[in-house]
Amino acid sequence: MLRALAAARPGRIALSDNLIEVRDVDYSRGNRSIFRDLDLTIARGNVTAIMGPSGTGKTTLLQLITRQLNPGKGQVIVAGDDISKYSISELYAMRRRMGMLFQNGALLTDMSVFENVAFPLREHTRLGERLIRNVVLMKLHAVGLRGAAYMMPAQLSGGMARRVALARAIVMDPALLIYDEPFVGLDPISMGVIAKLIRQMNDALGITSIVVSHDVKEISEVADYSYVIADGNVAASGRPADLRKESSELVRQFMLGLPDGPVAFHYDAPDYAEQLLGSGTD
Amino acid sequence: MFRDVWNTFIIFLRDTGAMCLFFLRLLQYTPSVLVRRFNLVSYQVYNAGALSLVVIMISGLFVGAVLALLAYSSLEQFNAEDTTGIFAGLGLTKGIGPVFTALLFAGRAGTALTSEIGLMKATDQLSAMEMMAVDPLRYVAVPRFLGGVIAVPLLTAIFTSIGLLGAHLVAVEQLGVDVGAYWQQLQNVVDGPDIHEGITKSIVFGFVASLVAVWEGYNSKPTAEGVGRATTRTVVATSIAVLFFNYMITAIYL
Repeated sequence: MLRALAAARPGRIALSDNLIEVRDVDYSRGNRSIFRDLDLTIARGNVTAIMGPSGTGKTTLLQLITRQLNPGKGQVIVAGDDISKYSISELYAMRRRMGMLFQNGALLTDMSVFENVAFPLREHTRLGERLIRNVVLMKLHAVGLRGAAYMMPAQLSGGMARRVALARAIVMDPALLIYDEPFVGLDPISMGVIAKLIRQMNDALGITSIVVSHDVKEISEVADYSYVIADGNVAASGRPADLRKESSELVRQFMLGLPDGPVAFHYDAPDYAEQLLGSGTD
Repeated sequence: MFRDVWNTFIIFLRDTGAMCLFFLRLLQYTPSVLVRRFNLVSYQVYNAGALSLVVIMISGLFVGAVLALLAYSSLEQFNAEDTTGIFAGLGLTKGIGPVFTALLFAGRAGTALTSEIGLMKATDQLSAMEMMAVDPLRYVAVPRFLGGVIAVPLLTAIFTSIGLLGAHLVAVEQLGVDVGAYWQQLQNVVDGPDIHEGITKSIVFGFVASLVAVWEGYNSKPTAEGVGRATTRTVVATSIAVLFFNYMITAIYL
């Protein structure tokens, strides 16, 4: 498995063009079905965007790809292997080759920025202190925060915290970088910085990136390929520019940000006049 | 009505079983954590133990003082006030010391552990560790658990010692019991088995209080309300469990 994931690195022979394949996946939370027969593939070397309205299970999809959750039916294939068959040690070996950026950064709050970025190195390598220091400073420099190395996470702004988390995600030189809603709650400058970093990391490190987002404008600028997920399945896929011309009303509503359409403005409710004027007490 | 009671009973059994499995997993990882991450454990002994010292010492002083007052006022009626030391000594060593320490530990350190782990969960820090191929059970849960297990017996010893000092201050300095009689009687009666009982209790309570605190944090709902409820449950569950085990161990030692 490790060899297979390593094949995604530049200079190696790729086993296939797809790093990740999700095949016929069903997933339910309680009685609520999140995915039905979901099929999608993530191509090596690309930035792939997973878009969709809130609550369609975009984060759940990431959790399935990283086996934080197991599908009810179907397979998730990463670098040619069905990850449901992995033992815990194989799973952890796979995760060492992945970097994930959580929605809020998820920095360890009792450690400085430097120690946060050094954390995976200290846990998984036997590098000397001097080398760790240099690697950490290089990764922090790549995200523009070398000067913040000795600050604590609580002192960082939202955008800075996410950049530190990105430095931490790339510190083990992963083959796959996963971003969960990297733009949420950021000001336009920070959004632009993160978007630029996503593209830069992907191209400079020769890795594969998955970005879950509903910020159509930002993500369209950096993604090579996009999936729009709605109602438990892929509603549309293609290059971001092509998705704008998509005939499906739902995709158009999403891409153009229209307040009403197939995704209704009003949540299901009894008749308005009846509820206001009727004798009912609900 | 009957159905509700039955359901509650089933949920109780299920949770207890899950907690026992969690306990076994903590024990399973304990040797490797003690060898490879002793720095984390020692920090947690400081965090849970040393930072609880002030509340433990102040409480110990007052509890000892009250014991001496109550013992003296009763014994005085039989002209046996010289034996005040026995009451304070036996009470503190065998029962009150371990129980009070465990309850204070649950309130001071247990709640802090639960809310810390709960908030780490709510802010995805535990998931982030899993994604970095670091098992949060080894990195977060086991060191905190061991920190509590080591800290509670030490705190109990300090609580009991300070309690005896508090009793001495009231009995000898304030009420005029002879200092020689106080310590001599205490030495004659409080024996090896009594101290053994106190130590056993403090070790069991250390396991119970730490396990409940870590378990509740680890299984809290990742919301503000969920973490708040988990913190409350830590205090309630630890108190009930400690009082239950206190009775059981006392009965065994009789």
